[in-house]
Amino acid sequence: MGRKLLTEHINVEGIDTFEVYRKHGGYRSVEKALKTMTPDEVVEEVKKSGLRGRGGAGFPTGLKWSFLAKPEGVPRYLVCNADESEPGTFKDRQLMSKLPHLLIEGMITGSYALGARTSYIYIRGELLYVLRILEKAIAEAYAAGFLGENILGSGYSLDLHVHPGGGAYICGEETALLESLEGKRGNPRNKPPFPAVQGLYARPTVVNNVESIAAVPVIVNEGGDEYAKIGIGKSTGTKLISACGHLNKPGIYEIELGVPVEEFIYSDEYCGGIWKGRELKAVVAGGSSVPILPTELILKTATGEPRLMTYESLSDGGFVTGTMLGSGGFIAMDETTCIVRNTWNFSRFYHHESCGQCSPCREGTGWLEKVLHRLEHGHGSLHDIDLIVSVAKQIEGNTICPLGEAAAWPVAAAVRHFRDEFEWHVKHPQEATRYGAVYPGKAVLA
Amino acid sequence: MAKITFDGIEVEVPDGTTILNAARTIGGGIVPPAMCYYTPLKGSGGKCRACLVRVAAGSTKDPRPMPKLVASCITPVQDGMVVENTTSEQVLNVRKGIVEMLLINHPLDCPVCDQAGECDLQNFAFEHGVSTTRYEEERRTFEKIDIGPLIQLHMTRCILCYRCVYTADQLTPGRVHGVLGRGDASEIGTYIENIIDNDFSGNVIDVCPVGALTDKTWRFKQRVWFTKPVNAHRDCPKCTGNVVLWYKGKDVLRVTARKNEYGEVKEWICNECRFEKKETADWTLEGPAAIDRSSVISANHYELPVVNPQIIADLPESSVRDLEQNPPLKLGN
Repeated sequence: MGRKLLTEHINVEGIDTFEVYRKHGGYRSVEKALKTMTPDEVVEEVKKSGLRGRGGAGFPTGLKWSFLAKPEGVPRYLVCNADESEPGTFKDRQLMSKLPHLLIEGMITGSYALGARTSYIYIRGELLYVLRILEKAIAEAYAAGFLGENILGSGYSLDLHVHPGGGAYICGEETALLESLEGKRGNPRNKPPFPAVQGLYARPTVVNNVESIAAVPVIVNEGGDEYAKIGIGKSTGTKLISACGHLNKPGIYEIELGVPVEEFIYSDEYCGGIWKGRELKAVVAGGSSVPILPTELILKTATGEPRLMTYESLSDGGFVTGTMLGSGGFIAMDETTCIVRNTWNFSRFYHHESCGQCSPCREGTGWLEKVLHRLEHGHGSLHDIDLIVSVAKQIEGNTICPLGEAAAWPVAAAVRHFRDEFEWHVKHPQEATRYGAVYPGKAVLA
Repeated sequence: MAKITFDGIEVEVPDGTTILNAARTIGGGIVPPAMCYYTPLKGSGGKCRACLVRVAAGSTKDPRPMPKLVASCITPVQDGMVVENTTSEQVLNVRKGIVEMLLINHPLDCPVCDQAGECDLQNFAFEHGVSTTRYEEERRTFEKIDIGPLIQLHMTRCILCYRCVYTADQLTPGRVHGVLGRGDASEIGTYIENIIDNDFSGNVIDVCPVGALTDKTWRFKQRVWFTKPVNAHRDCPKCTGNVVLWYKGKDVLRVTARKNEYGEVKEWICNECRFEKKETADWTLEGPAAIDRSSVISANHYELPVVNPQIIADLPESSVRDLEQNPPLKLGN
């Protein structure tokens, strides 16, 4: 059983209240940072920890913090991205609703490190009940003197606000999030300038995922070096994985990075194998936007090494035979799953969520969805299969924000590994569109 | 100053200039096309992706190539940058893809569209696209909406360049013009069809790269290539009064602002000049407006008599004097 750094006390009765959380060692990092450390020392600890952004891209958090521009006399902001809406990812919701004070503690310590006097939590609008929990927890923190003027007599003051989003996936993109936070339409901004130079209200801003910020108290308490000992190579620490799909025990697991994928799926400690005694067919390892992999490639890399739950191991083989850890939305599909239908479903989501600002994404996501709809319902042609690969390629890399890539990657990967199944849909439409139809063939590995 | 190499041509431009504007100082066929970027409008650009270029070397300090193609209209130059536009096959292929994307939901109703002949999308598709389509599905359609009595919005043709949104935001007080919906269902909204009641609202027609926003006093009057553009001015209390009159025979069919070679408005004009002053007597004529030789407008019998005082009988005194002092340039032959 691996160490639980974030979720150790998650099942303690009343942990969402200030007293219980404090009793279990809460807010120690705030005391330690504000009383004994300078802001730069906190940034240095986070750098040493090797913590990588938990929102999907995996960019080192300490490095991101050190890039923040610090002009004199200009306010800076720390913004927490709690707009978790990727299909398959549901870790932040749980973390915030069960351990609201952990996030607040991370926000205080992080804001202190960055010199922010006002910080924001931008939470997905649908998570209204979590918003209420956070607001209650923030009020408790204010009452206890951990927020507001002159925290713990250190002379440092911080105001923390929670802001609900209006229900758009695109607002999870950091610049769209900032636009939305400013009260505008959530369209991603052109970069450069990056948020570290011109972010919220054109001021230097750091945007971090909930889980990244929640890891900061642990790092400050235990020290960056100690945190870096967990995990393998450049993938340090623990990661929340939200496992769903055809598993015996779907749910949220905090794993030490480096657990083999096979162990994660089949051991009783984690997901406990595939349900109903069926075979695993494919896995989407990091939320709907990462490439889908067939069983053979998710358990072992193309070179035959066992695949581990780390940033490096999962992306081994690039996008030909690899995928990404992403945000940790682990979707397992058993042998009865229709990959074409699944790909169409993902495409439908991205079509619905494209902001419509730049042309390749606005037009391309709709096009992909329509062609995939045709293929799934048995009206496609073999030519359509090449068409969706070509359209995905036209979107990828040519858009303002990564939503274009998120829409293109799953389609390209599905055709790459499951082309035979797409062709089966074209050649045997009656059989393929029958209710409960199961494709009899195998996946293509490379 | 920063020195960059654009398609093998070295050029020196002030720091902070965008790649596109640096290319425009060179001019000619190497300038990347721009469907959404509009110099007079702050914040425009980056949306259509037509101007994507490859940066083969970022700068002298960091000569690594940029990982993705960048939008040249919003990316500032760095000293020592090497940019490939027409010399990169990748860029040309991607541009072909962009044309395809812009056209899949465009009705291609050029034969009945007022913009045909001076349409940025037409030119862009003609120069960079392919002549076939792979799109079989139904195209999105919208009802036509009147934005006030003088402007019509035909959303079906829109390519969502946001130029009109920025124009309305920046020229008129009070936000009445924006984008509703998202993805390929987004549309230009006027805030529940609020009339844009402002003296400069007509400029949204000029900035529109396609035929989505049209002048209702001009709709279906004439194909643009049968009209003759003539520069003219008048004393206007609201704007500079420098315009282009579009003549068919003796009649002024349309008044627009003057544009530069990249189709960008030089000076905004007011609605009074645009919609109400349609008599030659209202204007002091200056001479034929310059038209690109490759344009379909100049291809059609471009002749001088249009501004000949003898033919236009009621030409005001001042115009005759102006014409004598500055005889119009002879175009064609």
